[in-house]
Amino acid sequence: MAQNIVGQNIVEIDNLSFGYKGRLLHKGINMAFPKGKVVAIMGGSGSGKTTLLRLIGGQIKPNEGEVRVDGEVVHQQTREGIYQLRRKMGMLFQHGALFTDLSVFENVAFPMREHTDLPESMIRDLVLMKLHAVGLRGAHKLMPAELSGGMSRRVALARAIALDPEIIMYDEPFAGLDPISMGVICDLIRTLNDALGATSIIVSHDVKETFLIADYVYFVADGRVAAEGTPEDLQVSSLPFVHQFVHGEKDGPVPFHYAAGDYKQDLMELDP
Amino acid sequence: MTRVGLLVRLARTLRNIGHRFVDRLWRLGAGARLFWLTLISSGESFRRPWLVIREVYSTGVLSLIIILVSAFFVGMVLGLQGYNTLQRYGSSEAIGVLVALALVRELGPVVTALLFAGRAGTAITAEIGLMKATEQLSAMEMMAVSPVSRVIAPRFWAGVISMPILATLFSMVGILGGYMVAVPLIGVDAGAFWSQMQANVDWRDDIVNGLIKSVVFGVACTIIALFEGYDAPPTAEGVSRATTRTVVTSSLVVLGLDFVLTSFMITV
Repeated sequence: MAQNIVGQNIVEIDNLSFGYKGRLLHKGINMAFPKGKVVAIMGGSGSGKTTLLRLIGGQIKPNEGEVRVDGEVVHQQTREGIYQLRRKMGMLFQHGALFTDLSVFENVAFPMREHTDLPESMIRDLVLMKLHAVGLRGAHKLMPAELSGGMSRRVALARAIALDPEIIMYDEPFAGLDPISMGVICDLIRTLNDALGATSIIVSHDVKETFLIADYVYFVADGRVAAEGTPEDLQVSSLPFVHQFVHGEKDGPVPFHYAAGDYKQDLMELDP
Repeated sequence: MTRVGLLVRLARTLRNIGHRFVDRLWRLGAGARLFWLTLISSGESFRRPWLVIREVYSTGVLSLIIILVSAFFVGMVLGLQGYNTLQRYGSSEAIGVLVALALVRELGPVVTALLFAGRAGTAITAEIGLMKATEQLSAMEMMAVSPVSRVIAPRFWAGVISMPILATLFSMVGILGGYMVAVPLIGVDAGAFWSQMQANVDWRDDIVNGLIKSVVFGVACTIIALFEGYDAPPTAEGVSRATTRTVVTSSLVVLGLDFVLTSFMITV
């Protein structure tokens, strides 16, 4: 288990089950996220990785089990309590989720304006420092529509770290980026995590980039933790699912074909 | 068709009707819930008035052109039609009263509300729907900022403030349109036009009642637009359907409410 890396965990998921419309997406998941580490949750599309982030952020409630953030059970909090917990978190959404009616500067300043009474001059300095950290100080006057995908995500990252969170969550940070932007984001996640002394949780299916920066990796499949370990361990894992995923093989424990009836019979049927 | 087949079909039809009814009822409840949440989350809008003022610009000021141009034409048509009827009874100088009463009591609030739903309501629904689809509302939630108090409530109050002002401007420009047709074009006496209007338009019964209507329509149109956007499935199709529903629902609700309000206001 990840607890072995460092003593204290900032986020813990205990025997968590979640589902809707009678279908369970997670069936008794256990995970631990030690302070100061970069931990990745990996798995195929639709395996409920992003839902795990939403459960940690308290946007949805588990059916069974619990998520603890800094020792507090998330789903037992009042609305105010959840908001207090969220102030310790920063989240980078898959497509950045920048506010399209605000400039880059105002996007990064948004959490500061909402949660602090800092004077304008200090907000300006802080915003420029955060933008400098992601290499986009020069773009502070631009509007989100004028940014490329990679730049949007970097601005969103600057916004996510605006209030120096203890936990930074990344939802598919590498999806749809060109190799250069991917390298930049990859580097930023590790650097910011270490510079801020934060804990990073990455949800991704990009094996190469994730293995490069993660300290510990959980594989989720079929609603359970299918495998876990350091990237080095998983790289040489003989577990069929992990092997298929890490090496990107077409067929294996995860079948190429979606569950279907008899092929011949399907072709012969007149009425689909 | 066999009897069993017929029964199955009947059951399916009944089930569909029931399903639709339950769905409508659910939406009504969800809308009412959002309305209540908006009201109790409005503190932020009053503490930071610029949040509302910015929205008054996009819902109110940007709707001005369509409202004023429509008002002018509606007023001119009222002038023409009114004169045509009144002159048969030899009371063409009452044209000013007719135009003013028609606008202040009915057309001002109702037509403004219909245009408001088409211009500002659709913009609100599309904006909120797209904010939801692009995870901007989720991002706000994750930043411990309530989207209802930061996004919904300021737009709601902006709509409620804008509607009566727009309806008042509609009536004023409409009267001006009626004047342009009646006085310079047809040749009705200007003094009679204004003095009859002044004598017969009542502050309480006509103007205040008209204003009450426009405030109620403002509340209805804005909350419908906000709810449709907030409730829209986060897809292109979902947002486009929600935008259409905003116009259809708002128009029907405005016309229905107009009847209810008028029946309360008119003492027989």
